Amino acid sequence: MSALAHLVAATAPARYAALGPGAHPPHRAPPPVLGANLVSDLHELFTYHFMVTALAAGTVVAVLAAAVGWVMVLRRQSFAGHTLAVVGFPGAAGATLVGLPIAVGYFGACVAAALVIAAIPRGRAGSSRGAESAVTGAVQAFALAAGVLFVNLYQGFLNGVDALLFGSFLGITDSQVWSLTAVAVGALALLVLLGRPLLFASVDPDVARARGVPVRALSLAFVVLLGVAVAAASEITGSLLVFALLVMPAAAAQQVTARPGLGLVLSVALGLLVTWSGLAVAYFSIYPSGFYLTSFGFAVYLVAAGVRGVSEARSRRVAALGRGA
Amino acid sequence: MTTAVTALVDPVTAIAHMLSHGFVDDALVAGTFVALACGLVGHFLVLRDQVFTGDALSHVAFTGALGALAIGVDLRLGLFVGCVAVALLMGLVGPLGRAGDVVIGNVFAWLLGLGVFFLTIYTTSRSAGNGGAGTTVLFGSIFGMTRSQAGAAAAVGAGVACAVVAIARPLTFASLDPVVAAVHRVPVRALGLGFLALVGVAAGEATQVVGALLLLGLLATPAGAARQLSASPWRAMWLSAGIAVSSLWAGVAISYAAPSMPPSFSILAVATTWYAAASARGAVHRRAGRGGAHLAPDVGARGQPSRASRIPKPSRTAPESPSILRRARRLVMSRVTRSEASTITAK
Repeated sequence: MSALAHLVAATAPARYAALGPGAHPPHRAPPPVLGANLVSDLHELFTYHFMVTALAAGTVVAVLAAAVGWVMVLRRQSFAGHTLAVVGFPGAAGATLVGLPIAVGYFGACVAAALVIAAIPRGRAGSSRGAESAVTGAVQAFALAAGVLFVNLYQGFLNGVDALLFGSFLGITDSQVWSLTAVAVGALALLVLLGRPLLFASVDPDVARARGVPVRALSLAFVVLLGVAVAAASEITGSLLVFALLVMPAAAAQQVTARPGLGLVLSVALGLLVTWSGLAVAYFSIYPSGFYLTSFGFAVYLVAAGVRGVSEARSRRVAALGRGA
Repeated sequence: MTTAVTALVDPVTAIAHMLSHGFVDDALVAGTFVALACGLVGHFLVLRDQVFTGDALSHVAFTGALGALAIGVDLRLGLFVGCVAVALLMGLVGPLGRAGDVVIGNVFAWLLGLGVFFLTIYTTSRSAGNGGAGTTVLFGSIFGMTRSQAGAAAAVGAGVACAVVAIARPLTFASLDPVVAAVHRVPVRALGLGFLALVGVAAGEATQVVGALLLLGLLATPAGAARQLSASPWRAMWLSAGIAVSSLWAGVAISYAAPSMPPSFSILAVATTWYAAASARGAVHRRAGRGGAHLAPDVGARGQPSRASRIPKPSRTAPESPSILRRARRLVMSRVTRSEASTITAK
């Protein structure tokens, strides 16, 4: 416990000390200040290699998470997405414990958990939703408990436990960016391939099944896809905040439009906006990127909900006027 | 590990030795009542299908506690204020306290980000001696409680447990069939809000014992196990409390014997074992075809009992649920027909 406490204490002030070998650590002790000249600020942002890799990785992850998250929100599988995100933590901690790369832990645990979730029959006759969510809750809590055990067993934790939980955009290597890109391209290609039938099965599973769409296989494929996206994003955002990248842009997009194509594009655009602004502001601030990512994401969601509320109120007024006349 | 071996050889001496430590006593006293409260509250969380609410509260607990630390007040103040406020908020949003999961997800993802923000403020602005606060809040520190903290935790836990037992009957009714309960003049909405406030207090307590991340386990796992074991709401409630308390005792003992296991992990590992055993038993019974329906009572998500649980079972089912429901339904039918008749005659 004391070693852990020490590590947590050490991570926050020494954020710039934990850079990988390929990165160029900033040369100054005080955090960079956001000046009045936005152009020079932006220029400064791209001076450092670690910042460029962070932005590249953030872009890849934002596109993947926003696209997969949009389908997740459409299918109302937020709890599953959150569970997958949480399961990544023991995976990463266990991988560190046995000396494997952290990415292996994230992908292994998330995909395995996705298979388990897909194996639980949904809406089985004779089972209630309360019991079903009790199962999910129990699995989630046990996964976290296992993560705690691994962290405790592995005393010399690399970046501190909160790097695993809350992510760190520092120290991302070039090879990591390339592997993330490869994973993202593969996952997005699969999503495009599933595209229309998946949409059909998500919106109206009964009719889709009647039309011969393999609903169950599609659901399995999507949950595994979700697991891959969660694992990829977890490397940047950490296990606890990956959910923000998945759900926030997607939920905001679905507040604004119900059209699938437009919604997907909007979701990806919002995800990019949130990620870029979050990373950029975090660079100029002493506070962690996770805080800015979630705050901007939530702001975007609130704005979208507000836009929807206003437009609904207006259409109601118009309808009332029409009835009155 | 040597302690573990001696404990197996001579359990009585080992337990006496364990209890001779003040910190173990404090942990057991506080933990017993907190687990009791969590078991009781968790039973209703599962019954009312509000497990995701408990999940969200575990994130709120983290933010509340660190927010309190960041502004320099007692951690417990932030815990309770945060948990109770958000629990009530969720009760107020949406009918029957069921805010959409996307809304809940958005809110708690942001709250978690806010918690990280508070963590950074706290660890950078205060002395490094407090640096462990983040891990303590996330993973709990039952062995690190002072005597006064343990006493306060036990008192609050006992209070929550008493309150839940006091409202258990109407709350069960309101959870199983809110419409009929409302007709029966049960204050369904007030009960739901009061229950959520109790959930908030229990979550705040449990955070001190198993930590914010694992509190969902103490709420949902014993209740899920109890549900597999008994169809009677009343018996399942007490089973849930019993499983929670026994998990805590066993977990504390295991972590005392094997110090490399954090107590939060041991407690949840025991609770998960209970759950696995209970569902294995349920599966065996279902396979044997002996009343699977009454082992896994089917109370639908919206509190509509399905056919299986409406049929009164002679032995296991709670005496109150089917008979009350039938009586209540008869009452509703009679009232509806009477009011319909009066409107017709008025016309």
